[in-house]
Amino acid sequence: MQFDFEKLEHILGQHKPNPGSLIAILEDVQDQFRYLPEEALVLIGNRIGASASQVYGVATFYNAFSLIPKGRHVVSVCLGTACHVRGAGEILDHSRRKMNADSSGTTPDFEFTIEEVRCLGCCSIAPVLKVDDEVYGHTNPSKAVEILEGYKNKEEAEA
Amino acid sequence: MRVRTLEDLLAAKKRGLVTLYPQKTKIMVGMASCGIASGSRVVMKALKDETRKLGLDAHISPIGCIGSCYKEPLVDVIQPGKPRLTYANVTPVKALDIARSLEGGKPSLDGLFTRIERDENLVEDTKVTIADGPEGGGRPAHGAEKHPAAKEYASVPEFCDVPFFKQQKRIVLRNCGIIDPDNIDEYIARGGYFALHKVLTQIPPEKVIEEVKISGLRGRGGAGFPTGLKWQLTRNSPGSVKYIICNADEGDPGAYMDRSVLEGDPHSVLEGMTIGAFAVGANEGYIYVRAEYPLAIEKLQKAIKQAEEYGLLGNDILGSGFNFCVKLSKGAGAFVCGEETALMASIEGRMGEPKPRPPFPAQSGLWGKPTNINNVETWANVPVIMARSGKWYSEIGTEKSKGTKVFSLVGKINNSGLIEVPMGISLRDIVFSIGGGVTDNGKLKAIQTGGPSGGFIPESLIDLPVDYERLTGAGAIMGSGGMVIMDEKVCMVDMARFFLTFTAAESCGKCTPCRIGTHVMNDTLTRICEGQGKEGDIEFLEELAQTVKTLSLCGLGQTAPNPVLTAIRYFRDEYETHIKEKKCPAKVCKRKFTPEEIAQMKAEAAKRKAAAAAKSQTVTGEGPAAGAVGKKASSQAKAEKKDAGKGKD
Repeated sequence: MQFDFEKLEHILGQHKPNPGSLIAILEDVQDQFRYLPEEALVLIGNRIGASASQVYGVATFYNAFSLIPKGRHVVSVCLGTACHVRGAGEILDHSRRKMNADSSGTTPDFEFTIEEVRCLGCCSIAPVLKVDDEVYGHTNPSKAVEILEGYKNKEEAEA
Repeated sequence: MRVRTLEDLLAAKKRGLVTLYPQKTKIMVGMASCGIASGSRVVMKALKDETRKLGLDAHISPIGCIGSCYKEPLVDVIQPGKPRLTYANVTPVKALDIARSLEGGKPSLDGLFTRIERDENLVEDTKVTIADGPEGGGRPAHGAEKHPAAKEYASVPEFCDVPFFKQQKRIVLRNCGIIDPDNIDEYIARGGYFALHKVLTQIPPEKVIEEVKISGLRGRGGAGFPTGLKWQLTRNSPGSVKYIICNADEGDPGAYMDRSVLEGDPHSVLEGMTIGAFAVGANEGYIYVRAEYPLAIEKLQKAIKQAEEYGLLGNDILGSGFNFCVKLSKGAGAFVCGEETALMASIEGRMGEPKPRPPFPAQSGLWGKPTNINNVETWANVPVIMARSGKWYSEIGTEKSKGTKVFSLVGKINNSGLIEVPMGISLRDIVFSIGGGVTDNGKLKAIQTGGPSGGFIPESLIDLPVDYERLTGAGAIMGSGGMVIMDEKVCMVDMARFFLTFTAAESCGKCTPCRIGTHVMNDTLTRICEGQGKEGDIEFLEELAQTVKTLSLCGLGQTAPNPVLTAIRYFRDEYETHIKEKKCPAKVCKRKFTPEEIAQMKAEAAKRKAAAAAKSQTVTGEGPAAGAVGKKASSQAKAEKKDAGKGKD
């Protein structure tokens, strides 16, 4: 896949070129490309004056970053305490199985990446899951799959 | 529109009162994350569409979360001459009914949860009778008894009589669910920024710190360090550049008060920070928010922009010559960044690894400068303390724990939500009076406080008054205020394992005791859960827990063993049943068999089958009874095979 340097330049233009901007830049790159491409990491490091090891360290330290491409929709199944007590583990397993996700949680069509998240702070309506920025409360395994199918159908209808 | 003088503030207040208590129908929809997730967006749309269709002149406003999340989506209405009425669990269809009833001037009685007669303005210590509107703004004043329509709602329980709210004391949550968080004027109308004005014009920094010390306020992030003392240390540190940080990296699973405050009342945090900055002598501040809270980030960005436009942030605040600006720093998903030194490393753009202390942040923090860091809830308390006095604040709570604490009451509890109670209240009051007891008439087993750093408090300690010292004495901690209620269907070994899985994954890996220790504890607990525990495991866990507690670098490792230790302290018998009988009393843990055990079971089953076959051969011709015996034996073997299969998933 040809890497789009123009998009990266656009992101870099919005931040101060110093090492303190590293996390903010990587967040934007992750949003734009759905992962952190190697080419981008090298260029970012050069531009802001951070060593390759520092960039790689940060890129692998935080949960928000991924070195492999994520799906179009990031599905975060909350595994916080309240959700765990109300059976969230089953939601994660079931939706991954039903959507044929691989071990990283990404579906073969790159539609979804189904991952776990520590807590979404919506504990009163547990169990909770989040698709991109949309939070769904009082879910269960079959309802979770229904929600995801809904996203898929909507996109197919629009296509 | 800059606010430079007290008159300017009063003008803003007047504008705020007009939208808070308009002279027409007002509809409010709870639009915090929990409300939206429960469907408040569609409810909002239905209300907007229907009022437009009906030609009803109404002020429709989003508000934050009032705390009763179990009743979401919530819709509130105010009509002149009537109290504020709250509808619970509103569906879009119900929303249409509400809008139509408002058009007729008689708000529907169907689905009403509570009514509010008076809004308390805590900062100013005044009350507004909602039916009348405030003096000088809103509706013309006339006595509540003159409203014949109001009588119809007498049967609806009043806010202060609803068990969920009755024992609450709302200081931090004073504006949540009352004001539109996007409207700075409404915050000012509730007394906001007046404390800042008082501080900047009348009180020298030392006196501000003195007042906070008198209040007895302690850090609400979990550790409970006295706030005034912290400020003093930063102020006393040499250097002209100092920083203020608001820790909004609320990572404890089960706690969400910071999110709710940021989404429902962001200005309370900004005002608190500005007062703090003035007191310690800082001109720059950061708010570090977790990326998992997109709505909180959005509300904060808007609030910062508004405060800047009003000149309540930036240069020459309120004409005092004091400068202070606030920047937002977004986290990237790392629990350890809630630890202050790790958080500062993250703001600097590095891996969030903690540093040994001393030097403390007050001496050498962000970019090596003296830094004062406090949690969202702590900051939100500050304006009220400055407005009402430290003495007033210190009269609430217990001897060593002053003021209130916000708890998120979640898990197997009927009235799930966010509550703010005076320190010293008993757990019984929280769980049964406010929380309405355990779901499905279940039996309370334990209360988990403090997330992965906290512990389990057994049902036998239900009368424990809640404050910093007593929770620590019970082996748990106050933490940021997550309170997860557990019933008999929860396995304590599984819960301890859950937390250790969490800390093992979130350990940054810098120091060995935490990195290796949490993993080994997690492995041991997993083994016990799967029925592979062995004699001596409990003692091993206890010993390892002490090592991790004593030798870890930061709070994450030092507190990670707490869930295991309290689970063993109060529920040792459950551990023993798992280890000795290989059973989970709560029927949560799945038994896992080793290949040897499966082979052995297969061999035994085959043997039984062979024996049964041989027996049925020798007794052939003795009638149907023999067949039954054979069948029984083979079905037994089958059942056992099935069990073995079950263990594998």
